[in-house]
Amino acid sequence: MNIFVVMKRTFDTEEKVEIKDGRVDEEGAEFVINPYDEYAIEEAIVLKEANDGEVTVVTVGDEEAEKELRTALAMGADKAVLLDTEDLDDEVDHYTISEMLAAYFKNQEFDIILGGNVAVDDGAGQVAPRLAELLDINQLTTITKLDIDGTKATVERDVEGDVEVVETELPLLVTCQQGLNEPRYPSLPGIMKAKKKPLETLDLDDLDLDEDELEAKTKTVDRFLPPEKQAGKKLDGEPAEQVEELIKLLRTEAKVI
Amino acid sequence: MSKNVLVLAESKDGELRNVSFEVIAAGKKIAGEGSVKALLVGENVASFSEQLIQQGADEVLVAEHSDLKTYTTDAYKQVLLQVIESESPDALLIPHTSSGKDLAPRLAAKLSSGLVSDVVDIEEVGEEVIFTRPIYSGKAFEKKSVSSGLVFATVRPNNIAALEVDSSRSGETKEVSVDLKDLRTVIKDIVKKTSGKVDLAEAKVIVAGGRGVKSADGFKPLEELADILGGAVGASRGACDAEYCDYSLQIGQTGKVVTPELYIAVGISGAIQHLAGMSNSKVIVAINKDEEAPIFDVADYGLVGDLFDILPILTEEFKKVKAGA
Ligand SMILES: Cc1cc2nc3c(=O)[nH]c(=O)nc-3n(C[C@H](O)[C@H](O)[C@H](O)COP(=O)(O)OP(=O)(O)OC[C@H]3O[C@@H](n4cnc5c(N)ncnc54)[C@H](O)[C@@H]3O)c2cc1C
Repeated sequence: MNIFVVMKRTFDTEEKVEIKDGRVDEEGAEFVINPYDEYAIEEAIVLKEANDGEVTVVTVGDEEAEKELRTALAMGADKAVLLDTEDLDDEVDHYTISEMLAAYFKNQEFDIILGGNVAVDDGAGQVAPRLAELLDINQLTTITKLDIDGTKATVERDVEGDVEVVETELPLLVTCQQGLNEPRYPSLPGIMKAKKKPLETLDLDDLDLDEDELEAKTKTVDRFLPPEKQAGKKLDGEPAEQVEELIKLLRTEAKVI
Repeated sequence: MSKNVLVLAESKDGELRNVSFEVIAAGKKIAGEGSVKALLVGENVASFSEQLIQQGADEVLVAEHSDLKTYTTDAYKQVLLQVIESESPDALLIPHTSSGKDLAPRLAAKLSSGLVSDVVDIEEVGEEVIFTRPIYSGKAFEKKSVSSGLVFATVRPNNIAALEVDSSRSGETKEVSVDLKDLRTVIKDIVKKTSGKVDLAEAKVIVAGGRGVKSADGFKPLEELADILGGAVGASRGACDAEYCDYSLQIGQTGKVVTPELYIAVGISGAIQHLAGMSNSKVIVAINKDEEAPIFDVADYGLVGDLFDILPILTEEFKKVKAGA
């Protein structure tokens, strides 16, 4: 079985966000594998263990993303591919990324592609469904359970809190939601092995793509921090007094009741 | 300065979701002299048409088919593509809901268009439509426009105010013919966990419990309070992990992102991953016995004390308020 994971290197969610020159300041920040993509990597490894096959992790980014790819290899993926954005303009968007991925996948044989349901930095969740469309394959998003039997997939999806049980055929793209599994930590032998696993870098030429075709279809005009929240009020006194004060404030000051 | 805007309405359990009215209001902001057409997709949905018109739609398009009863990517994509082809809208707005998130990027790829996801505000600057959206789980925001393709966005529920109902409005309702083929997803079952309850994403009030609530039984008073306020119950991951409640209630980075008018956090410490899901709520109340708990950093009003003392009194007082005292 040919199993692929599309993943993204993201800002660690614990990091404080600062804006510098209209961009999020990444200086000194910690980076991680997007937490939802970790579910995808874990599920891919579980699939491989159950069905025999190979797991390839793919990311679009610069050479810094090699660290996160190695982490995925250490978890148990077999091969990693970096689609290098070095030749591209600063302003890339979901269109650009999905076109690059599609160009890569057009030369691969795949049974299933897994991704996270959203990246915690940008929060758009566009790339995976766009990729499925470009490859003309079916997609199931926010999945919490995956069973594969031959070419048949039975999947549970989280749909606004309800659980939808669906069936479809491979090839398929899925995006992973919390609840699907518990991602493993890389083991020490895993980390050692990962160093020797293949990590391939492909640039636009390798993908037979032209910079012009990849120009972003959206543009960012501003980035800013939300207005500083005014320090809240801690209410004093016995519970009954605090409650009385709260109700008064909610009515007269906040005007929400 | 006029745009023809197509918006997708969404219904659930036999009712229109409020976000349908919000996308109409959003459409009005950019339509100028143009029109806002609302598209209803489903099995038996034509009866919602009047409501959409009273909430500001100029025209309603109805796509009905038994295969459209429950959302699937293939079926809805085909309907939208057919309608886009026949109506040639300048702009397309879709709710940023489970189905909208699944559908919109796929359409964008098919149409080779830009798309701005999870929009909380829309403004028109000259000819350009500028969308505001949260990034980094609401720790920052960005303003974006579409530079190629449709003016296309998904709109987060609960952020753009719906228009007042105007029962004097009238407009045309048009059936669109639906031709579906090669549907690849078969729905086997839907296990309802949320039916009869206020949808978290659209709730105006959320009462959320954390590990401090201490048990599944401890959530009952929260449900009572939420009922009184016409709101929904949410939870921290701590509470879900401890099995006090279902994961479908989880709010935060790996749960739901919510922006109610009032968020009451009960026995929740306020970990950064929890804040990611609720810090953009309009008013935040925190009840926690630990004065140093980080939830107080984002709370507008903090009640320091034992939730088991405070909650019953709070519930009684809200009851009085709602009884019209
Ligand atoms: C990758 C990742 C993703 C995560 N995603 C999420 C997410 O989406 N949502 C989420 O919520 N968390 C998430 N978490 C977990 C998060 O870090 C916290 O562990 C979790 O939010 C803690 O839940 P809690 O506040 O209920 O529990 P605790 O941190 O244990 O806090 C309980 C609070 O209750 C108070 N308390 C106890 N008894 C009483 C009482 N009698 N009266 C009043 N107050 C009382 C305590 O003072 C304390 O502040 C994530 C973590 C990671 C690593």
